[in-house]
Amino acid sequence: MTALLQTPLHAWHAAHGARLVDFAGWHMPVQYKSIVEEHNATRTAAGVFDVSHMGRIRFDGPGSTGFLDRLLTRKVVGMGPGKIRYSLVCNEAGGILDDVLVYHLQEHGGGLYHLLVVNASNRDKILSWLKSQKKPTDEVNFTDRTIETSMIAIQGPSALRIMEPLVGADVGGLAYYTGCETTICRHAGIVSRTGYTGEDGCEIIVPASAAEEIWERIFSSGKDHGVAAVGLGARDTLRMEAAMPLYGHELSEQINPFQAGLAFAVNLDGRDFVGKSAIAPKKDDPSQRVRVGLALSGKRAAREHYAVLSGGNRIGEITSGTFSPTLQQPIAMAYVPPASAKVGTELSVDIRGTAEPAKVVPLPFYKRNHL
Amino acid sequence: MKPEQLRYAETHEWVAVSDEGGRKVGTVGITAFAIEQLTDLVHMVLPKVGTKVEQGKEFGEVESVKAVSSLYSPVNGEVIAVNSDLPNRLETLGSDPYGEGWMIKVALTGDGGASKLMDLAAYQKQCAAEG
Repeated sequence: MTALLQTPLHAWHAAHGARLVDFAGWHMPVQYKSIVEEHNATRTAAGVFDVSHMGRIRFDGPGSTGFLDRLLTRKVVGMGPGKIRYSLVCNEAGGILDDVLVYHLQEHGGGLYHLLVVNASNRDKILSWLKSQKKPTDEVNFTDRTIETSMIAIQGPSALRIMEPLVGADVGGLAYYTGCETTICRHAGIVSRTGYTGEDGCEIIVPASAAEEIWERIFSSGKDHGVAAVGLGARDTLRMEAAMPLYGHELSEQINPFQAGLAFAVNLDGRDFVGKSAIAPKKDDPSQRVRVGLALSGKRAAREHYAVLSGGNRIGEITSGTFSPTLQQPIAMAYVPPASAKVGTELSVDIRGTAEPAKVVPLPFYKRNHL
Repeated sequence: MKPEQLRYAETHEWVAVSDEGGRKVGTVGITAFAIEQLTDLVHMVLPKVGTKVEQGKEFGEVESVKAVSSLYSPVNGEVIAVNSDLPNRLETLGSDPYGEGWMIKVALTGDGGASKLMDLAAYQKQCAAEG
């Protein structure tokens, strides 16, 4: 086995009692003490997440807009500086290679560039894909910035109040899904109004060398706001409640964006991109399984790969499931045929040999009601 | 129950063997180490009285937010009592794992295989290696 990668905050996690596990080749904190406490801190106050394992790839050159526009399911052409979009990278067959955020950013000196934030598990695959798709005529250079930088997410109702004193830019004034270069604790960095929890908040990208200092400053700034360090365990329960797909679970090369309920992340109008001709006919394909949310009335959770049943027949499979700390009941996502996908449909899940009742419910499971 | 008086399975269940009116009865639970490793418990399934249990075979399950884990019987015999209220007060497992946190009582077949289990010192050594 090759040695696991460590984020610049690894020593802090280890010193603060984190349980560290292998996640996509990184030695990452799954929890510090309790997943439920970390989850609740994020919903009610603020959670701080080391997401440095996520891949960060920078694109420079006059051809970067056109190159990314050709590879992403959403338009990169026409994105003004500061704009961020959730998008997919598909292969020629229309399968999803990754789900990404593309940033269009302006340097302090005025120069424009793009940044792609990709899943840790797909970083090598996407870097290879980019190389294979780059033509000699493409005036673009891309560089993997993952190791030189660190990425931290601050999420929850108190997140922006905690970050405002530390960030040069007006974080609260940033629109959702925008970002900019700024200073963070006097270090050059990027702040964006983005996240993966269903809460308001922001994410920052800072030099790896400054990560631990900034991380500590976030805790000092947040100590009266109930701030907590949050591991990957609660990151998973939070994103599940918010019904955000996770690559390798809801998304894969065998799934197209429309099945996954990600039509909003595909722009077919008057443009071409890799995979378009394969996925365009899938837009209204009534034969394909689609992603649904299930709520279970019992206490036993439906876990990944469990069979979804209708009238005793296997009709689909769970892709993610947990006991929801916010809703206090088991929730799951699954792919089922459209005939069984309507909200209110009564299904069941085979939980280790017992068919437990499950009902199709609207996604997301959780929507914040505080601003 | 004191930890020194118990016998332990590799799968983190404990058993306390006592004589009750001439028959050997094993009281079974899971260890503080296991509970600390599981964290965030949400649910537990225990067997009914009369269920036959076998050493090393599943007798129930305990579920945390993150995962579900099987409970393996440390002994052979038949369930004669179940702590049926325990699933409604899972916090007891954390506060008193070797007392109020007991799960089932088993009428042992012979010694129930208890002699094959670890003593506290051996079990602590295993936990240190895992932890």
